[in-house]
Parts: sequence; C-alpha cells; structure tokens
Amino acid sequence: MIVILLKGVSVLGFIAFSAMFLIWLERKVSAKIQNRMGPMMTGFHGSLQPVADTIKLLLKEDIVPQGVDFITWWLAPFFVTVPVVMAFLVIPFSSKWIALDLNVGVLYICSVTSICVLGIFMAGWGSNNKYSLLGGMRSAAQIISYEVPLLLSVLLVVMQSGTMSMQGIVHAQEHCWFIFRPHLALAFIIYTIAATAECNRVPFDIPEAESELVAGYHTEYSGMKFAMFFVAEYTNMFIISAIATTLFFGGWQGPFLPGLVWFLLKSYGFVFFLMWMRWTLPRLRMDQMMSFAWKFLTPIALLNLLISGWFMVR
Amino acid sequence: MLNSEVLQKIKNKFPDISIEETPNALIISKSAFLDVAHFLKDEMTFENCHCVTAVDRKDKMELVYHLYSTPNHFMLTLKTIVPLDDLTVESISGLWRSADWLEREVFDLFGIKFLNHPDLRRIMNPDNWTDFPLRKDFKRADFIPRPQSQGLNK
Amino acid sequence: MGELLTVNMGPQHPSTHGVLYLELKMDGEIVVDCKPHLGYLHRGIEKIAENRTYTQFIPFTDRLDYLASMNNNLAYCLAVEKLLNIAVTDRAQYLRVIIAELNRAVSHLVAIGTFAQDLGAYATPLFYAFRDREKIIDLFDSICGARLTYNYMRIGGVSADIPAGTEQLIKDFIAYERKQLIEYNELLTYNVIFLARSKKIGVLSKETALNYSVTGPNLRASGVKWDVRKEEPYLVYNKFDFDIPVGANGDSWDRFKVKLDEISQSLRIIEQAIGAIPEGNPVSKVNRVFRGTGEVYLRTENPRGELGFYLVAEGGFTPYRCKIRSPSFSNLSVLRELTRGLNISDLVCVLGSLDIVMGEIDR
Repeated sequence: MIVILLKGVSVLGFIAFSAMFLIWLERKVSAKIQNRMGPMMTGFHGSLQPVADTIKLLLKEDIVPQGVDFITWWLAPFFVTVPVVMAFLVIPFSSKWIALDLNVGVLYICSVTSICVLGIFMAGWGSNNKYSLLGGMRSAAQIISYEVPLLLSVLLVVMQSGTMSMQGIVHAQEHCWFIFRPHLALAFIIYTIAATAECNRVPFDIPEAESELVAGYHTEYSGMKFAMFFVAEYTNMFIISAIATTLFFGGWQGPFLPGLVWFLLKSYGFVFFLMWMRWTLPRLRMDQMMSFAWKFLTPIALLNLLISGWFMVR
Repeated sequence: MLNSEVLQKIKNKFPDISIEETPNALIISKSAFLDVAHFLKDEMTFENCHCVTAVDRKDKMELVYHLYSTPNHFMLTLKTIVPLDDLTVESISGLWRSADWLEREVFDLFGIKFLNHPDLRRIMNPDNWTDFPLRKDFKRADFIPRPQSQGLNK
Repeated sequence: MGELLTVNMGPQHPSTHGVLYLELKMDGEIVVDCKPHLGYLHRGIEKIAENRTYTQFIPFTDRLDYLASMNNNLAYCLAVEKLLNIAVTDRAQYLRVIIAELNRAVSHLVAIGTFAQDLGAYATPLFYAFRDREKIIDLFDSICGARLTYNYMRIGGVSADIPAGTEQLIKDFIAYERKQLIEYNELLTYNVIFLARSKKIGVLSKETALNYSVTGPNLRASGVKWDVRKEEPYLVYNKFDFDIPVGANGDSWDRFKVKLDEISQSLRIIEQAIGAIPEGNPVSKVNRVFRGTGEVYLRTENPRGELGFYLVAEGGFTPYRCKIRSPSFSNLSVLRELTRGLNISDLVCVLGSLDIVMGEIDR
C-alpha cells in the first residue's frame, strides 16, 4: 500500500518537475533558434524562470467571464490534465521503475490520451466566445482525424513485438531497436506526424493559432486554469516522446549508463526535436491538414500495416 | 500628351459643354461630368483613377480628380465646381472602383454627396458625427489653430 | 449551420497589422463577406497641414507610413520643390536615393517577417528580418538621430550630411544582406508548407488591380510591369541599372516573392549610387519659412505603392490644401473582393500579403 502511494507521489513529482523543465527548455530553444538569449536573469541561465512563472500564475486573479456555461467551463482543464497524468501509469522509466505494467499498456495509453479531446471541446464550448468555439471545433476534428494513423502505426509495433505490455515491447527490442527496421521506420515517421497533431503543436497548431483566433480554445482562461492547460500540453509532449522512445528507440536500453538516464535522454531528445520543428515551420491550414491525414497518412499507414503483416505471417 | 490635346478631344466629342483650361487642370461643369468621365475611361485610355479629393474655396467647393493614362504617361487633373447650396455630384465609382473609397473620404471630410454611390457612409470619422472637418468653417470648441509665430502673419 | 456568424476581427488583433476592424460574416469557416472599418488611427493630418508651414509639416509625413518614413519625407519634399521650382544639389539627390532605397529594403523586411508570422512560422523569420533591420536602423540613428520617424529630408536637400564611415557600413550591409536573402529563400520561399499556404490564395487579376488603383508590389505581383522609378524617373533613378520583379499569378506567394526580389534590386541601386556619389553639400539652403503659389500633384514609388501629394498653395506660409494619396488605402479597398469565399486562415494570409500600414490609411 505504502509502495503504491510512494510510486504515485513520485510520478506526480516527476510530472511537476518535468513540466517546469520543459517550459524552460522551450524558451531557451526558441530563443537560440531566433538568435537571442532567452531567460537569463532568474537563476543560472534562467533555470528558475518556470518557478517564477508558476508563482505568478498562482497569484493571478481567476476571472470568470460572463455567460459561460459554468460546469463545462470549469471542468474543462481537468479533462485535459487528468488523462495526461493517468498515462504516466504505464511508462517504463527503467527495467524496475514502472508504476504499473499492464498487459494492455499500449491500448490503455491510446484510449486515455483520447479523452483530452473532450476537455478541449468543453473549453471551446463553455467559454461563450466565438473564437474559442471555432478553436474547439477545429481541435476536435484534428485530433480525431489524426488518431487513425497514430493507432495504425502503433499497431504495427504491437504486431512486431507480439505483446501490448510496455515492458514487453522494450524487451522485444533487445537485439535491434525497432527504428532500424524499415517498415517500422516508416511507422515511426507516421507516428511522429500524427503525434504532433495530437498534441496541437506546429505545424498542426491550428486550434491555438495565435494570429488567427487570438488564443483559440483557451482564450478565456486565466491564472491557474490556464496553467493547467499549459502544463497539460507540455506533459502531453513528454508522453508522446516517452511512447516514441519505448516503441521505437528501445526504451531504457543502452550501454554503460543506467536505464533511467537513457530513457530520459532519449525522451528529451525527441522533445527537443518537436520544439525544433515548432520554431522552424509555418502552420498548415485546416482543410489541408485534414486532407493530409485522411488522403495521405491513413492510406500509407494501412498499406504499411498490410504489407508488413503479410511478410510477418509468411 | 498635353492638357490641350485632351481638351481638344473632349471638345470634339462633346461640342456643347463648357470646359475651361487652366495651367494645372481642366474644369468641367457638373452636369456634363459623368459623360466626360465615361468618355475618358472608355475611349481615351484613362484607366487609372489615382486620386479624388476636394478643396474648399469658401464660396464653392472644387472637386479634383487625378486620372492617369498609362500608354501616354499622362496624369490629367480634372476639376468640377460644386456650389455650396447643392453639394452633390455624380459618383464615378461605377467606372473606377478605386473611386469608391476615395469618394467616401471626400464625403466624410467635406460633406459632398455622391449620387449613385454603392455605399456612401463615413470612412474615417465616427458614423454618428455631423461635422465635416476639412471645411474651412469647421469650428469646434476644442480646435484651436496654431498661434502664429513672429513674422508669420498671413 | 444555415445562419451566418458575425465575427469581429476587432481593432485589437495580433494579425491585422495595426488598428483595423474587419467585420466578417462567416458561414462556418468560410468568409462570406468582409467589411473593413477604418478610422481608428485618424489624426487629421490633412487638416493639420493647413496650419503648419511647409517645413513644419515634414515630421507629420514621417508618421504616415511609419515603416518607410524616409520615403514619405522624400515624396513631400519633392512635391514642394516642384511647386516652387527649387533645385537640389547632386550630392543631395544621390544621398536621397541611397536613403530611400535602404528604407525600402527594411520596409520589405518587416513585411516579409510579419507575413511569415501570420502564416504560423512563429516569430523566427520575424526575428531574423528584424535583426537585419537593426543594422540599418542603427545607421539611420547615426545619420539623423532617430530610429523610426526620421525627419531627415528637407525642402531643397537633406538636413545633414552623412557622417564619415557610413559608406563602408552600407557596403558591409549589402554584402551581409545578400547572404541573408539566400537563407530566406531556402527557409521560406520554397518551403512546402509555405507554398501550400500561400499559392493560389487571394489571386488579384490584372484588371481588378488596375481598376482599384492598386499600386506597388501588389500590382507588380499581378503581372503589370509598372514602377514609377522607371516610368517617370525622379531624382537620379534614370542613371541606375535595375530590374523590376514581376509576379506571374497575383497570389499571395507572388506578392511575397516580389518583395523579396525588390530587396535585392534595392541593394543593386544602393551599390551603384555609393560608387558614384559626388562631392558637394547636400544640406538644404532654402529658407525655413517661405510663401508659395500654385498647385502640384506628385507621386513617388513608396515600398507599399505610389504615394501622392496634392498641394494647393494660395500665397500663404502654409499650404491651402494638402491631400495625401496613400497606397495602402487603395490596396486595402481590394480586400473585400479578394476574400469572398476564403477560409479565415486565408484571410489572414491575404491581409498580410497586401502589406498595409494603418498610419497612412487613416492619416
């Protein structure tokens, strides 16, 4: 009982620390790409900046706009944050550090992260703001469309390793990481694109497109509620990277260093790649994004699945 | 191309309207204005209406149109005199779409109404204003002309 | 969803390039009608002109298109010089050309940076463009003391000669900017996402452009090879060798590409001018206060189009009427036509590519 409690607390602590680290990393990465310095004053090279930001957000007035559908509006941040935290349950940080090794781990993660759509849509609807409504609707359409190629590429990994348990998939990569097999490399590319869309990152950040809809679905949130959306987005980014690491890059395996260090290195490396993409590419338009998902990614993922499946069965 | 050439061509087409040639412009009477504008656009290659404005001459209003002919590289200044008791003139926004907003601006600042304009409302000042700022007799309590400095007496 | 939604892309919005209020009627995501409402930056500059002497009005022209202040100053000074037949020394003419072309380059850089930002490339191209612009702004700071609204040109010349070492700085900048332009081409112009977002969006046909009196890069992007610097040269533009970039289709990508190419053409002009600048005194010798009579209409090629000044002088110390024909005013009037049936993301793209500045629209 105590062990389970300790595990839970440590996971929550890790999430909080990780979110802060990611906020700092984003600001530094964006600054360096844009030829400037980023936060430098708070702490060593701005490392205490997220702490300052958190304190500021905690102290902000919680504004409730007039005319909101109160329960929907109030619950929306929770519907976005809680599923992301729940997904941490099955992430294998190392061979011994996994909160709960469900034997349907992959299915659990994919289903739980899909609940975020509800939260975004509730935020868009409940805010009594046309911009938020547009943002919420766009986001719902986008996330639902990109679920399909995501699941198809993850399905290929499950087929290859023969199990849905996260630790099982890591163990199946003992001899050769999945990224080095051609059909799984293609699945990785599809997974990256689909996961970026799931997380509302550029080039798929239409729902929060700042130059068009001011701030999209979280326009009307301030203070701690906004912080929850923010934290949820960064944590979601980490979850995606962690899943990519587990499914394609061998999880916590690697020579010399302990498993946990390898896992964190690989995950944060992938997060860095996501941030790099954000500050380099412009964004796609809504209909271009949708046609890309349905007319390009899904057929390729299906073909990949069919052909590799045929080769595996033969 | 010169003003006199344009004047000659207009006189050939419309022999009985009154046109005056000044060093800077051609002055057409208000009643013939729309026909001359049609002629200039359709047959005389003035396809660019560059600027539409007005000058308040205290006893009358002078409407100034700058039309440009690209093949001839010639900017024609066309003027129309509008009396103060009948501040209306035909709109040329049907011929040149650029005149649409330019005429709205003249209406907003001077109060000259353009007949047959698709959407004549104020463009820069608030919609519920009743003043016309660029007229010479524009007086508001908070509008003070800048005090003259020494030696600048008009 | 049969009824139309009215969305106010209100005066405060991250991508309306100033205080512009667009009243959009939308059917879902498609814009059915778009009505611009102006006047939020109206300061009555034309009325002010009737109460200022000719020299006192020069700082006001800065504040029209505040991104290309030198060009506005130039247009006004040229108009007054034509009105009163004032001659300008050769060195002043060459200096004016150099400064005007430098300002054109930085104005186009801002346009490119903000256009890319509107499309979603969050601030990275903007920072790069502004980094280049900083070099020129510092140069202008050393010449005339200001970074945005310069008040440098005077009637009959300029206000002060350039300090020593400026010519070398300009030559360094030209070499540096040529490398940067290659980088912008690689990063933005032929990027797949950028092309998908801006090709075939907001196509402005030649006839519509001429009818609406659209001028400047927007007109050239629609295929009309028209530049006042070539057709009716003012200052010493007829002594320089430069091309006019023209677009093929008139879509937003063409407007972007024309601006990018115009920067390289401006650099060519500056290079030739620096090589040929004569000695002399460019400072204006004209009295600060003078009377004038007559009427003049003069237009010059501003970065955004053709800026025209119509001055009526009735013998007083101040103009009787000063009308400013601003390019962005006519460019914006075509927005309603262009955006029928477009997505709201495309509306932002078209508005960004038209490159308007509210200062000169509202005056």
